[in-house]
Amino acid sequence: MPVIEVTDLRKSYGGRPVVDGVSFAVEEGEIFGILGPNGAGKTTTVECVEGLRVPDAGRVRVTGLDPVAEHEQLTRVLGAQLQESELQAKLTVREALELYATFYPRPADWRPLAERLGLTDKLSTRFAKLSGGQKQRLFIALALIGGPRVVVLDELTTGLDPRARRDTWQLIEDVRASGVTVLLVTHFMEEAQRLCDRIAVIDKGRVAALDTPSGLIRRSAGSTVITFTPSAPLDEGDLNALPALASVEHKDARITLSGTDETVNAVITLLARCHITAHQLRVSDATLDDAFLDLTKEAAA
Amino acid sequence: MSTVAAPRTGRSTAVLKAEARLFRREPGALFWILLFPTLLLVILGSIPSFRQHQADLGGLRTVDVYVPVAVLLGMIVGGLQSMPQTLTGYRERGILRRMATTPVRPSTLLSAQMLVYGGAALASALLTLAVARLGFDVPLPKQPFGYVLALLLAVMVALALGSLVSALSPTTKIAGAIGSAVFFPSMFCAGVWLPVQSMPDVMARIVGHTPFGAAAQALNQAAAGHWPGWGHLGVLAMWILLLTGAASRWFRWE
Repeated sequence: MPVIEVTDLRKSYGGRPVVDGVSFAVEEGEIFGILGPNGAGKTTTVECVEGLRVPDAGRVRVTGLDPVAEHEQLTRVLGAQLQESELQAKLTVREALELYATFYPRPADWRPLAERLGLTDKLSTRFAKLSGGQKQRLFIALALIGGPRVVVLDELTTGLDPRARRDTWQLIEDVRASGVTVLLVTHFMEEAQRLCDRIAVIDKGRVAALDTPSGLIRRSAGSTVITFTPSAPLDEGDLNALPALASVEHKDARITLSGTDETVNAVITLLARCHITAHQLRVSDATLDDAFLDLTKEAAA
Repeated sequence: MSTVAAPRTGRSTAVLKAEARLFRREPGALFWILLFPTLLLVILGSIPSFRQHQADLGGLRTVDVYVPVAVLLGMIVGGLQSMPQTLTGYRERGILRRMATTPVRPSTLLSAQMLVYGGAALASALLTLAVARLGFDVPLPKQPFGYVLALLLAVMVALALGSLVSALSPTTKIAGAIGSAVFFPSMFCAGVWLPVQSMPDVMARIVGHTPFGAAAQALNQAAAGHWPGWGHLGVLAMWILLLTGAASRWFRWE
């Protein structure tokens, strides 16, 4: 049974649909990503999962619980880190951890948790004096302190420096390794590609695609990118006739083709036939970035 | 040294303890709620003519008349100025929302805030009464039960009014503005500028229908040894119901 089930979820604000028929299911132990441009309805979707918003229509279940009607039971199995929230400015890290631990019937021991999150030497620091990264780590600790089965992390690494971001990623992998299911909202492709088992790309309130990161890249047009500098000019007609070609770009003497593995083979054959050497030939997989742009462009059309 | 918190300690108690500890870290609130009312009484009491019995105050001294005013002052500052700032800040900064994702309801935080500010206002009142008794020979209230009842109703009305200010203010800035707009009339009605005993009859009657005017008159009666008039207590009770109802009707969690 999926840990999180969202079926045909709808939510409008002032007559404007923000979430317009979103469905997905998250399996136990998965890191499931929700990826999308700003204003796509990502946060509203997870707020319905957290029971902070009441859906207009559709069904949401977390470990079989209705997040609105069974909110208190839900809060015992679901830990949340919200996109914009703070704690009392003068509350220290230790006090926050101790306080939130009392909220749960079977809380995790906060000491090892603080240790794992690198908060041990910040225990007597007040919330307002923490750096952005330290605040985020504290919020992760608070999301985990109740010993949840599911954690929802919304824009966790926004505003973090690259070093802190990478540390946070490692942490999320550790969390999953301990058996917790992770629902991760992000707009960083690199983050989604590195962490997520599966990703739902949400655009304009709908699921534009749902697949593994490599599946998303593969299904988008131009999943393979070939670049080279030919030793002699190539016939434009021959290039455009290449199979499964998504695009051709010329920059100075360099040619960039995007297509599939089929395109790669055909280019090599073409070059051999014309006795042209390809200098600095590079064949690479497209990134999730490319796939994302491709997917959200399709949805716009 | 703290230990790993046991879940049975009671979540509400834990929230209350945390909020009380946070309150102690606010030197401004501590001064204005706990010390300022007594300090004002000490300053007034230091003026020799204010320690003379006055015929137009029914034989009382000015310092006697200002005791209930100082008692109400802590409640007004705490309820109307400090508490709405804290509550709207908690809403504005997503602290209430954060709490809504835990098994504790955000209303627990509101109740804890009311208990902290209510407790501080009562402590301030007791300090004022003690200093008045020891420093200026102001007799303790002669009708103690009536006085305690009037005191509790006055604290409740201050908290109810503060809750309504918090409910109606979308931001801490607006809470500050509305708080001040209500603060000065409340101070006037409590008798800060002109004690209720010195007000002309018509004015005293009008002021007697306001929350703090009624509270001031109820406290005066109990201090003088009478059971506070049911009219004043009724006015207080009505305001408490009305303001609490309006606050819970309009309060926004986010």
